[in-house]
Amino acid sequence: MIGYILRRFGAAALVLFAISVLVFLIFFATPGVDPAARIAGKNADPATLEQVRASFGFDRPLPVQYLMMMKHLFVTHDLTSFVNRGTLVIPQIVEAIPVTLSLVVGAAVIWMVLGVAMGTLAGAMRGTLIDPLVMLLGVFGVSLPVYWLGEVVNLLTQKQLHDSVFSWVPPLGYAPLSQGVGQWALHLLLPWLTLALLYAGIYARLLRGELAGALNEDYVRTARAKGLSERRVLLRHALRCSLIPIVSLFGLDFGALVGGAALLTEVVFGLPGVGKLTYQALQNLDLPVIMGTVLYAAFFVVLANAVVDVVYARLDPRVRRA
Amino acid sequence: MTSAADKARTAAAGRAAGPSAGPWRRALARLRRNRSAVIAAAGLLLIVLACVLAPVYAGAVARTDPFTSNASGTAIVDGQRVPVLAQSTEGLGLGVTPIGPTWDPGSYLLGADNQGRDVMARLLYGGRNSLLIGLSSALLCCAIATVLGVVAGYFGGWIDAVLSRFFDVVWAFPVYLLAICLSVVLLTSGLHLGPIHIDAGSLALPVVIIALIYVPYVARPLRGQVMALRDKEFLHAAVGLGASDLRIMRREVLPNVLPTVVVFLPLMTALNMLTESALSFLSVGVQSPDASWGTIINDGLALLYTRPAITLAAGLCVGLTAVALNVLGDGVRDALDPNARLRGGA
Repeated sequence: MIGYILRRFGAAALVLFAISVLVFLIFFATPGVDPAARIAGKNADPATLEQVRASFGFDRPLPVQYLMMMKHLFVTHDLTSFVNRGTLVIPQIVEAIPVTLSLVVGAAVIWMVLGVAMGTLAGAMRGTLIDPLVMLLGVFGVSLPVYWLGEVVNLLTQKQLHDSVFSWVPPLGYAPLSQGVGQWALHLLLPWLTLALLYAGIYARLLRGELAGALNEDYVRTARAKGLSERRVLLRHALRCSLIPIVSLFGLDFGALVGGAALLTEVVFGLPGVGKLTYQALQNLDLPVIMGTVLYAAFFVVLANAVVDVVYARLDPRVRRA
Repeated sequence: MTSAADKARTAAAGRAAGPSAGPWRRALARLRRNRSAVIAAAGLLLIVLACVLAPVYAGAVARTDPFTSNASGTAIVDGQRVPVLAQSTEGLGLGVTPIGPTWDPGSYLLGADNQGRDVMARLLYGGRNSLLIGLSSALLCCAIATVLGVVAGYFGGWIDAVLSRFFDVVWAFPVYLLAICLSVVLLTSGLHLGPIHIDAGSLALPVVIIALIYVPYVARPLRGQVMALRDKEFLHAAVGLGASDLRIMRREVLPNVLPTVVVFLPLMTALNMLTESALSFLSVGVQSPDASWGTIINDGLALLYTRPAITLAAGLCVGLTAVALNVLGDGVRDALDPNARLRGGA
C-alpha cells in the first residue's frame, strides 16, 4: 500500500510538472503575438511593456522564463496584474478558495447522497415509474447547461416568485462562515441544489446501470441462495461492488468542478470564488490572473485525483496491482 | 433508455434484417426500432431544419438583419408603432429596455436584445453556429482521436508511452480551463502554425480548441480496444501475409474500432455544443457580431429580470438539442456496441 501511495503521488508530481509546462507554453510560446503585449493588456504604453518584459524575463531563454514564472507563482507569490495595476494575484486566489470549496463540497455531499439513493431505488424497483424518471433526470444531467439552470433558478427565486414562495431567499452573493453557519448555508443552498441536481441525475443513472449488471452476477445468486433477505443482497452485496466506479468518477468530477466547472455556477450566483475571479480576468484579458487561477486549479485537481485513487486502492485491493 | 422488452424487440429487429445484411445495416434496423431514439432523431432534424432556414426567416418573415444594431428601429404591437428600445425605468433609469416578445412572427416574435436586434432571428442564426461548431468539432475530435488511439494501441512501445502520457496530462487538466487558456491566447492573434492559418474572429477557432481538449476522452478507450485486438488471430494472419503496418491499421484494425467511434459521435456533438455555449457565455467562444446560443444566453443575462425570454429561449434550444443528441447517442450505442464504456459508462 505504501508503495502504491508513493507511486501514485510520484505520477501526480510528474503530471503537475507537465501541466505547468503546457500552460507556460500556451501563454508564452504560442507563435503570433508578443506575449508581453498580451500580458500588459489592451492598449498598454511602451513603459508598461518594458516592465512586463523585465518582470517575466522575455529577453532570456524559455527555460529561464519558465523558472521565473514558477518563482513568481509559488515561491515569492508576487505575480502582479498589469491590467489592474499593482494588484497581487496570489492573495486574491487564496481569498477566493474557501468560497469555491464551500460551493463544491456542499454540492458534492448533496449529489452523492441523492444520486446513490435514487440510483439504488431505481435499480431495486426496475419496471416501476421511478426507473424511467431517474433515467430522464440522468439525460437532463448531461444535457442542460448548469449556468442556464442557475439563471432560471435566479429568475424564479429572485424575481417571479420572490414575493411569495421564495421570500426567504437572500440576495445573490456569499456569506462567509464568520457570519454564522446558518447564513453561510442559506446563501449557498440554491447554488448547491442547482449544481447537485444535474450531477445526482448522472450518478443515479450510472449506478442504476451498474446495479442492474451486478444483480445478474453469480455472487448475488449465491447470496440469495444462502437465504439472505433481498434488502441485504441489494445493499450489502450488489451495491458495494457497484459503488466502485462511482467513487472513481466522483474523484474526476470533484476535481474538475473545483478546477473549473464551478466557474459558471459562481458567475451566475455571484459567488466570489476562484471561478468568478477567472471570469472577471477573462472580461478584461488580465492574463497573469488567468495563469494563476488555472495553475492553482490544475494543481488542486491533480492532487484531488491522487487522493481519490489512494482511497480507491484502500477500498479495492485489486487496483494496487495495476 | 431501453427496457428489457425494448432490447428484445431491437434484437429481433436486427435478426429480421436478415443474416446476409452487414453489421451496419443490422445496427440501423435496430436503431429504427428504438422508439425514443427515432423521436430524438426527428426532433433533431426539426431543429437543424429551422436553423438552416434562418436566412429565410430573417429575410422573408421578420425582414430584419440580426447582425447590425437597430437602436432606432420600431415594431408594431397591437397595431401601434413602438420603438424597439425604450429608456429603462428600473433603478437609475440608465440603459435601455428592449421590447419583449410580441408573438408576431413578422415583428420581433421573441422581442429584441439590448441592441434592438430580433432575438428569434438571432436564435436561428446562433443555432447554426452552435450546431456547426458542435458537429464539426466532434468530427475533428473523433478523427484525431482515432488516428492517435489506433497508432498508440497498434505500435505500443515508446510511441504508446509518449501518446499515453500526453493523454494523461490533457485528461488531468480541467477541460474548461484548458479551453479558456487556449481561447484567451488565440482569440487575440488567431492561430498560425505551419500551413494552418486561422483568423482571430473565425468560427474555426472554437472548433479546433474544443476538438483538441476532448481528444483523450475518445482516444483512451480506442487505444484499449486496439491493444486487445493485437493478439487476435486475424491480425497475426495479416502480418503473416506480409501486409504493411499502414495496411493492417487501415484494413484490419480500423473497421473493428469504427463502431465505437460512431457511438461517440452524437454524444461528443452534444458535449461539444454544451462546451461551446459555456465558452461563448464566458465570452471566449463565438465572437460578436456572430451569435451562438451561448452568446445569446450571455446577452440575456443583463436583461434576465426584465426580458427573460432571451435567455430562456436560447437555453431551451441548447438543452433540447443536447437531450435529443444524448438520447439518440444512447440508441446508437444500444444498436452498435452495447458494451461500449464511455466516460464512466454514463
